[in-house]
Amino acid sequence: MKPAKAAEVVPARAAAGAFALRARELSLTYAGGRRALERLVLSVRPGERVAIIGPSGAGKTSLLRVLATALRASAGDVEVLGVDPWRLGAGARRRLRSRIGLIHQSPPLPPRQRVVTAVLAGRLGAWGVGNALASLAYPADIDGARAALERLELADRLFERCDRLSGGQAQRVGIARVLYQRPELVLADEPVSSLDPALANHTVGALASEALERGITLVASLHAVDLALAHFPRIVGLREGAVAFDLPTAEVGRALLEALYAQEGVLPTQECRPVDLAELTLPGRPRCD
Amino acid sequence: MRLARDPAALPRLALAALAVAALLPALRLAEFDPAALLDPANARPMAKFLAQFVPPEVSVEFLALVGRATLETLAIATLGTAAAFAIGFPLSLVASASLSLSALGPARDAPLRRALRYPARLALIVLRAIPELVWALLFVRAVGLGPSAGVLALAIAYGGMLGKVYAEIYESAAERPARALMEAGAGRLQAFAYGVLPAAAPELVSYTIYRWECAVRASVIMGFVGAGGLGQQLELSLRMLNGAEAATILAVFMLLVLLADAASALARRMLA
Amino acid sequence: MRALCVLIGVAALVAASALYLGFDTAAVFSSEARAAMLKYTAGFFPPDASPDYLRRIGIGALETLAISALATLLAAVAGMLVALPAAGRFGLAARLAARFVLTALRSIPELVFAALMVLAAGLGPFAGTLALTLHTTGVLGRLFADALENTPRASAEALLHAGAPRIAAFFYGTLPNVLPQCVAYALYRWEINIRMAAVLGFVGAGGLGQMLYVALSLFHEAQAASVILAMLALVIVVDQASALLRRRLGGQP
Repeated sequence: MKPAKAAEVVPARAAAGAFALRARELSLTYAGGRRALERLVLSVRPGERVAIIGPSGAGKTSLLRVLATALRASAGDVEVLGVDPWRLGAGARRRLRSRIGLIHQSPPLPPRQRVVTAVLAGRLGAWGVGNALASLAYPADIDGARAALERLELADRLFERCDRLSGGQAQRVGIARVLYQRPELVLADEPVSSLDPALANHTVGALASEALERGITLVASLHAVDLALAHFPRIVGLREGAVAFDLPTAEVGRALLEALYAQEGVLPTQECRPVDLAELTLPGRPRCD
Repeated sequence: MRLARDPAALPRLALAALAVAALLPALRLAEFDPAALLDPANARPMAKFLAQFVPPEVSVEFLALVGRATLETLAIATLGTAAAFAIGFPLSLVASASLSLSALGPARDAPLRRALRYPARLALIVLRAIPELVWALLFVRAVGLGPSAGVLALAIAYGGMLGKVYAEIYESAAERPARALMEAGAGRLQAFAYGVLPAAAPELVSYTIYRWECAVRASVIMGFVGAGGLGQQLELSLRMLNGAEAATILAVFMLLVLLADAASALARRMLA
Repeated sequence: MRALCVLIGVAALVAASALYLGFDTAAVFSSEARAAMLKYTAGFFPPDASPDYLRRIGIGALETLAISALATLLAAVAGMLVALPAAGRFGLAARLAARFVLTALRSIPELVFAALMVLAAGLGPFAGTLALTLHTTGVLGRLFADALENTPRASAEALLHAGAPRIAAFFYGTLPNVLPQCVAYALYRWEINIRMAAVLGFVGAGGLGQMLYVALSLFHEAQAASVILAMLALVIVVDQASALLRRRLGGQP
């Protein structure tokens, strides 16, 4: 098991003091009037690994989508990889987006598409249109796709159709696509919600260690608190659209978690069986070994 | 070998080769020759024809002629559909009554019914498979140019269609009431009249109205081969290369189809 | 009560139609008319089965098949191209224009197109192919546009948010979702087109239709019967082929 705290790696290409992500007074109100984010403030340095936890409806998905430039905030600033994405022209924004990898909770894979094509689609931003079309006839980088899937124990499904996959396998294909994309920033929205406890633990571990090795900035929202505590050095607690706390893992104590999940009464863990606070061992020791 | 690494590569290549192999003879059989469109012998009269579309022919006499032809087309469609009903309804009874009700118990004259059922269904299939235009041409040759050929052609072609669909509606819509009546002791015909018909009536009516709408369109097309109405006028104008007249008739045709569409939708809503 | 009114109304319309046409039921079913019809019908049996004519029918059938297949294929491609603006991918003005074009193409019957194409390209199967292509483009284009508008955008959007160019996002995200349905529509349309291709020959557009027209004009009923039988066989074959392909390619209609 990786130690809870690891040395932060700052990639050489980032200027000292630059932020990978910066949100200031971020607010988001959906069309129906629902307020998802309330003047949220968050800063992430390049190469950091951050876990976002919080009860359902806290705004985790909305936050990640705004950070991924998939959604535009109603108020406030957001800076991604040093630039305000909405001040850019369409072409520049497209190039920015190819440096950001968003892992969906349930990846929208076309049912009849094969896994190899779905994974290779991660680099469409870098390939020209000609290569992209040619790859539809014959996959351009079978080895690359296979390598990405191997880290997720899915290499044997390389030529399978996406609609023949289970929910957990589809989720992992979504992760493989982002791994293949080689972005500088990975935003993961509940990436292991459909996986069984052992596999979930392994996958989050693989994601975190990949981020560590390559100096990727990783921000992941997780439903299972124990996974967050086990693999991430920094925890951000979200509640009702704002940051409740933002601390290194060792400083996240029982009381804080209790307050965060007060409405749900119990802490969610990977085994899908809500666990009483007293049973949860802290800090950072996972329940599945 | 690179091809072998993607399991789908070889089948795809084979399929592509097959498609290309089929495409070339097809192009030759269809005498595919886009250059022919640019051949001045064709292009010039065609361009002249198209240029006459604006302005369309709106003289009073022509409009009156078109008006009469439109009424004729509507009359052909209405009479044709009615005749189709007269043919299709009995056929549907024979074809279906033995099916949905035979499950309830053998009739007294079961062998006769069985003997009738298959020819009836065969007749329906043959009637449906021959395009109505072929019927139109046959009747034009048999009874001469004019609306009668159109009415008869619709009667035969749509009779088969109505018969089959009616039979399907009986089977899907009304098994249970008929069964209940039979079990209460009613005869087969009574069970049909009081059980099947009331339950199936709305769908029967709806489909018949929809067929009328198709008949309007078909009447114009059949008119093209001489069965009267708007279509026959269009054919005349095209043969005379009179673009202005053709434009007017086409516009009226599209208006007619729209109106028939609306009327049919309205009627079906009112009866729903 | 309302049903009775409706029935009376319908009967009145039918009677009015008969009067307008001067349709004399007695005359149509009179004994002379019946005898003439019977004599005419008798001429069709037995159908002409001479080997020479059968060979010509075979070629005519292949010609008709080629017309229908080629036209459906071309219309599928053209239809997809027009469906993109018609589904709103290039703005509202383009959508209205594209939809108008598709409606115009759909409304004009294939036979009318065929007569026009005979003018534009001369007698023969090419005119038939063009005519069928034009009309079918209108039909398929409309169906494809509706399918495009109704398909979930999530797949393509996910790719766009990963920096893919719009064309690539279309081919990797939208097209795989919409292709099975489009292929099913096209195959279903082929079944209709084979019937139309058979009759377009009536105006000189080649295939079995042209042979039938000639045979009937020359009062060679036996030959006409053979051609009609060939048409039936062709329709059955294409119906089966289309159903088979639809099952293999797994699309839902």
